[in-house]
Amino acid sequence: MTVKRFLIPALAPVLAPVLAIALMALSGVQTPAQAQSGPLRIEITEGVIEPLPFAVPDFVDEGGAGEYARNIARVIASDLSGTGLFREIPREAHIARVSSFDNSIGYEDWKAINAQAVITGAVTVSGDRIVVKFRLFDVFSGQQLGEGLQFAGTTQTWRRMAHKVADAAYSRITGEGGYFDTRVVFVSESGPKNQRLKRLAVMDYDGANVQYLTDSSSIVLAPRFSPTGDRILYTSYATGFPRITLMDVGSLRTQTLAEQQGTMTFAPRFSPDGGRVVFSLERGGNSDLYMLTLGSGNLSQLTNAPSIETAPSFSPDGSQIVFESDRSGTQQLYIMPASGGEARRISGGQGRYSTPVWSPRGDMIAFTKQHQGRFHIGVMRTDGSEERLLTASFLDEGPTWAPNGRVIMFTRETSGAGGSAALYSVDISGRNLRQIPTDGAASDPAWSPLLP
Amino acid sequence: MSLLPKALLLVAAFGLAACNNPDRFGAGGAGAGSAGGAGGMNGGFVDTTGLGDPNNPQSIAYFNQRVGDRVLFPVDQHTLTDQGRQVLSGQAQWLMTNASYAVIIEGHADEQGTREYNLSLGARRAAAVQNYLISQGVPAGRMRTVSYGKERPIEVCSTEACYSQNRRSVTVLSMGAGA
Repeated sequence: MTVKRFLIPALAPVLAPVLAIALMALSGVQTPAQAQSGPLRIEITEGVIEPLPFAVPDFVDEGGAGEYARNIARVIASDLSGTGLFREIPREAHIARVSSFDNSIGYEDWKAINAQAVITGAVTVSGDRIVVKFRLFDVFSGQQLGEGLQFAGTTQTWRRMAHKVADAAYSRITGEGGYFDTRVVFVSESGPKNQRLKRLAVMDYDGANVQYLTDSSSIVLAPRFSPTGDRILYTSYATGFPRITLMDVGSLRTQTLAEQQGTMTFAPRFSPDGGRVVFSLERGGNSDLYMLTLGSGNLSQLTNAPSIETAPSFSPDGSQIVFESDRSGTQQLYIMPASGGEARRISGGQGRYSTPVWSPRGDMIAFTKQHQGRFHIGVMRTDGSEERLLTASFLDEGPTWAPNGRVIMFTRETSGAGGSAALYSVDISGRNLRQIPTDGAASDPAWSPLLP
Repeated sequence: MSLLPKALLLVAAFGLAACNNPDRFGAGGAGAGSAGGAGGMNGGFVDTTGLGDPNNPQSIAYFNQRVGDRVLFPVDQHTLTDQGRQVLSGQAQWLMTNASYAVIIEGHADEQGTREYNLSLGARRAAAVQNYLISQGVPAGRMRTVSYGKERPIEVCSTEACYSQNRRSVTVLSMGAGA
């Protein structure tokens, strides 16, 4: 990716609206095609998909846009190509020039180079304000697909606008929600294996706009976004002992939760309403699951067993919790009511299952599996059926879902003295495995919801 | 091969040196395990608990090197081996005689496991050590446990030779009993 990276100032809120991005339909220009009724459609299924050829000419500069007109088009193209569902037709192959946003496109020129979808757009910059408009065309049916849309904000948010255009195009063509205008919180790592330094960082889902949230003075593990992205839960050794910690993303203020002398707390995750935290609390060597209500500070114990209970994750409706336990002798996955009580085992295959995460759609559980010395990221239905392993390596762990439930990001660590961690993503079909570009080693990703 | 145990002891000493410092988990604390040894000391931690002379039976250095500050565990286990119990009996005896030291028992795991599970496993190991020391008469109030899971390996290869050294508990002393 050759796009210029723009760093948000260190203390700017990460997900809270840096500047509200206004979204409005462009009215009165052309007749919009009936949304999503045309032949231009990718059904995301398990079969092999021939990527859909598309074109994104540089956006039209409608005043002061300069490099933004080109860079925004590049980010959109990178987003769509990165899904593995789309293939960009390089600009050198384009026959037509798009010089005015308000004109329709010459479909024949695009048909000639086999572009099935074309995204055109325009950018206006005035001071630190930027306005981005786009249209999506279905070349073979000769129609615009959906309405044109316009986004407005500060120039600082230009990549977000590109992501929003790509999300809209992805969504109109696949019928699925997008996931490009999102952030990922992760642990940035440096130093050799026996002197690893760790700090919390956030970035755009594609690795751009990295911002550090902590220094590396204490170990930090496994951050998780709140459902609205305004807070982060993680495990910190700042007190000398592992403690679940809540960070306000805007102010970077932190607060230790559920602190009790002689215990260790870890593996926290928010409830879907953001009001509760489920986590592991270890006392006397035994780890069980607990629930903390953030407003009242009320703490309740959900499991009570001599086995290890950890890595809890809520169902999207908040009614159930999936977690890992070695109560059967090895790590396996279980589901219980969110208030605790009888748990049923869902993992049934060979090997050890851990770090289950409920998909945002509610239909699947992603997990880590260890079998015969290899690690896998996999998915299964919530009843344990249709298990599918998506990856295999020396050490893959800790899946996190894109908000549309179609893509999983995880940590892959290489072996040996020089081993280090990196972030990868893969489709739930097992296709399109890619490394997320980060400066240096990275682990423990957690995907944000789609940004407002 | 005789150099290896010495290197480990050196490592242990630097890890220990950081134990009273609030930055022990920071850049300085990460110096533990540094092959460069003294180079790790430039990381900024300055300790006030002297290690003392390993020939002085009351010194921390004596505890670390002669009594033995660590116990190793089999794969995915937290039960103590006979050898482990022997080391811990020595630790208990020493701790009963040197009652002014507070104790933190660290539990560690090798890298063959997920992060959360290894935290739990390290906690089980630390607790197994603590329980044994209690059974030998060391007051529970002098001891705390902490699990590092797989976060602090001392050996970096990805074979059993290293894993076996990383599946460990380390009994870390500092001045001030009951802290």
